[in-house]
Amino acid sequence: MVKEIERAGLPVVHACSIVTISKTVGANRIVPTIAIPHPFGDPDLEKQKEIQLRKELVKKALRALMSPIEEQTVF
Amino acid sequence: MTVKAIHYLNQFFGGIGGEEKSGLKPALLQGSRGPGKLLERLFPDLEIVTTIVAGDNYLAQNTETAVKEILSVLTPCFEKEAAEMPQLFLAGPGFNAGRYGLACGAVCKAVQEHFDCLVLTSMFPDNPAVQEYRRDILIGLAGEDVTSMEESLRRMWGLATKLLQGKAILPDEDHYIPQGRRQNFFHSRTGAQRAVSMLLKKIAGEPYKTEYEMPVFDRVAPAPAIPDMSRVKLALVTSGGIVPRGNPDRIAAANAQKFGIYSLKGLLTLTPETHQTAHGGYDPTFAMEDPNRVLPLDMIRELEAEGDIGCLHELYYATVGNATSVANARNFGKAIAQELLAAGVQAVLLTST
Amino acid sequence: MGLEVGNILIENARFGRRTRLDGRCLVVNPTDLGEFLCRRDARLKKVDIFLARQGESTRILCIKDVVEPRCKVSGETIGEGRIQVLKQVAVITCGKIVGYQEGIIDMSGPGAQYTPFSQTINLVLEIEVKKDTPPHQHEEAARATGLAAAAYIAETGRDVEPDRLYSFADLESLAVSSELPRTAYLYLLLSQGLLHDTYVFGVDAKRITPYIIAPHLLLDGGIVSGNCVSACDKNTTYHHQNNPIIAEFYRKHGKELNFVGVVLSNEPARLAGKEASAAKAIELIKNLKAQGVVISKEGFGNPDADQMILTRGLEQAGIKVVSITDEYAGPDGLSQSLADATPEAEAVVSVGNANERIVLPPMERLLGPLKDLSHLAGAYPQSLLEDGSLEIELQGIIGATNELGFHTLSSREV
Repeated sequence: MVKEIERAGLPVVHACSIVTISKTVGANRIVPTIAIPHPFGDPDLEKQKEIQLRKELVKKALRALMSPIEEQTVF
Repeated sequence: MTVKAIHYLNQFFGGIGGEEKSGLKPALLQGSRGPGKLLERLFPDLEIVTTIVAGDNYLAQNTETAVKEILSVLTPCFEKEAAEMPQLFLAGPGFNAGRYGLACGAVCKAVQEHFDCLVLTSMFPDNPAVQEYRRDILIGLAGEDVTSMEESLRRMWGLATKLLQGKAILPDEDHYIPQGRRQNFFHSRTGAQRAVSMLLKKIAGEPYKTEYEMPVFDRVAPAPAIPDMSRVKLALVTSGGIVPRGNPDRIAAANAQKFGIYSLKGLLTLTPETHQTAHGGYDPTFAMEDPNRVLPLDMIRELEAEGDIGCLHELYYATVGNATSVANARNFGKAIAQELLAAGVQAVLLTST
Repeated sequence: MGLEVGNILIENARFGRRTRLDGRCLVVNPTDLGEFLCRRDARLKKVDIFLARQGESTRILCIKDVVEPRCKVSGETIGEGRIQVLKQVAVITCGKIVGYQEGIIDMSGPGAQYTPFSQTINLVLEIEVKKDTPPHQHEEAARATGLAAAAYIAETGRDVEPDRLYSFADLESLAVSSELPRTAYLYLLLSQGLLHDTYVFGVDAKRITPYIIAPHLLLDGGIVSGNCVSACDKNTTYHHQNNPIIAEFYRKHGKELNFVGVVLSNEPARLAGKEASAAKAIELIKNLKAQGVVISKEGFGNPDADQMILTRGLEQAGIKVVSITDEYAGPDGLSQSLADATPEAEAVVSVGNANERIVLPPMERLLGPLKDLSHLAGAYPQSLLEDGSLEIELQGIIGATNELGFHTLSSREV
C-alpha cells in the first residue's frame, strides 16, 4: 500500500516493526516501531512514560516526512 | 537407512501456543512435533531427533541475539558420533506467514553457515522472507496456508531426498523457489529454432516461457520531503486493523478483501469503547486495551494542537495486513491514494503491525 | 528466381601434391596455397598451414575468423545462380593482431562441445604480417587472406555433383497464404571500429543505414566478419554464411509462417546513433507489415541497449519481438545478466552465460601464434594450472554463446 500511495506523489512514512519487510515491499521512509502488537506503545512502561514514547515516535515520523531522501531510509 | 533431522518450528506449529506465546525463547524438544510428526508418518525413513521451537516475535524483535541463542542451543545436537549426526535441518513450512518465514530464513542461514548438514525450509513465494533469503538458503515451494500442509511437506521431503543423494535439482521439477543463479545447460534445440517457435507462439497469443526474465526494479522514487509539517494536512492509514468497535464493515481478520474509511471528526483519542482491532495476526490484547498503541491518534491530536502538524484529515483508512495478497494491497493502496489526493491530503503516516 | 546451394559433404582432408577433391576427401598442397596467399597480398610475411580434425588433442589459439569454403559456379547477379559448398570444412585464420586475441577451439575434451568447429575439418592458417603493418591494414590482410584461402580450396568443388541441393527462392516469388503470420528478421551487425566491424557486400557496416534486404541475397556471401573480440559471441563469417535464423525461417516459410524479409541494421557506438538506427529499423519493419520479429545482435554490453531500444519501440508499435542474447551473469551466475533491461523484453532466448568457467585439459598440439599458454593474454580472466590445464570462461571459446542461435547452449535460473 505504501508504494502505491507514494507512487501517487504523496510522501508517506511507514511506521512498522519488521523493517526488513518494509524494505522488501519498497517503502522509502521507514520508522521502526516498538513491537508488532503495540507499535506505538509499550505495556511494560508506566502510562506516562508510554505516552511520552508514543509522542516521540510520532515526532520521529513527522521528521521523516520532512527529510529529503534519495533512497530507502530507516529513521 | 534413516535420515536424522532437526526441525525448527514456531510456537504455534510447535504446539506451545498461539500469538500470546510468540515471545517464546528457543527451546529444544525431544522428537518431532506437529508438522514434524506428519512428516515422519508420511516418510518412515525420516527421524526427527530434535525439534527446536521459538516464538515468531522473539525472532522478529531481536533476530541477531535470538539466532545466536539458537545456534548455541543446537551445538550439542551436532556434537555426535558420525552415526548419530543429524544430516538434515528443516524449518517450517512457513507458508505465507511473514514473521515465521523470516525466522525460518534467519535460522536456516545461520545453521547452514555453522553446521555441516543440509538445510532446507519451505514457504509460499509471496512470503517477504523469500526475497530476503532465497539466494542464501534453499526454500521449497509451499502452499499459501496450513491447508496445503501435506502437499508442502511432500515436496519438502522430495527435495531433501534428492539433495541427500547428491542429485541435481531444478526449480520447476523439484518444486523450490529459484535462487537467482543462472546455470548453463544444453537444450535439445538451437537458439534459432527456439526463437522462431517462441515468436510464433507469441503472435498466436499462446503461452510461452521466456528464457531470461528481465529484472524488476519496482521501486518508487521517494516523494519530495514536506518542508514544514506545521502547514500541512496529514492523513492516517493503517494495516493494523484498527476499526470502530463492532467492525461495522466486517473487515476480515486475515486476507482482507477491503479497507474501511472511518471518521476521526471530534475524536481526540481512541478508546476500547469506541475502537478495536480486527487483525487476527497478532496478539490483540494490547491494541484492545489502548488502540492508540497501533493508531496513535492521541499524540497526533496533541501535536496538532501544539502546531507541529497543520491539520489531521478527518477520515482515516484501515485494513488488516495479515496475509493480505500483494494484489489486494496494491489495489487498496491505489484506491486510498486517490481518496487522499481528492481530499487535499499532503502527507501520510501509515502504521503497520 | 533465387539461389541454389549445392553441398558437397566432405568426410576427410589431407595434405598432398595437388589441391583437389579426391572423392569426398579434400587434398591440399599447403606450399601452393601458402605461396598463392603471400603472392596476392604483399603485407603478408608468411602463412603456415595446418589441418585439425575432430577428436584430435589439438587446441587452436588466437583465432581471427572462420570461413566456409564456397564458390559461385553460375549466376551473374547476387542471389541468383548456384554456389557450391565444401560442407563440413572450415578455414580458420589465426595470428597475433593488435589488441587482445581471444578465441580458442579445442578439437577434443570438455571444451569441444562448446564450439561447432570441433566437429568440422579445419584448415588452419597461421598468418604473420610484415613488421610495421598498421593495425587496420593488418586486420584487413588477415580477413582478406581467410576469404581468399576459402575461395581457393572451394574451387576444388566447382564441377562436382553436390550431395545435397537446396534452393533459396526469392521469397516474393512464392505465394503464401495470407493466414500465416508475417514474420521478419532484424539482423544487427556489430559496427564499432577496428576489430569490431562487419562488412556487407564489402561495405563497412558503420556506414550503412538500416535497410531491407531479401535473405537469398545475403546467403550469397553477403556478410563478412571483421569482429575480433569476445570469442564466444563473435559471429564468424561462417556463422553469417550459415545464419540459422534465416535457415529456420526458410524452413517454415509457407507452412507455419510468412517470412516477409530481413532488415539489416548496425550497432552504432553512440546513443544518438542507436536511437536513429532503431527508429529507421522500426519504420522498415512496419513497412514489411510484420506481426513479429526475431532480433539478433552481436556482442554484449552496449549492443544490449540497441536490442532493448528496438524491443521497446517495436512492442509499443504492436509488433511482437523475440530477442536472442547471451548473458554475462558472472562466474557464479548471480550477477545481472544484461547491461540494459526493458519490461517489454519478455520473450528472450538465452544462449548461455558466457562467464561460466571451464577447465580445459592440456592438449598435445597447439596451433596459433603462441606455443606457450602462459603468454595467452585476454580480456577475460583465465589461469594456467600446474598440470598445464587452462581455466577460462566460456567467453574464450569461439561460438560458445553465439547470438544467432547457432548452438544449443542455454541458461536457466536455479
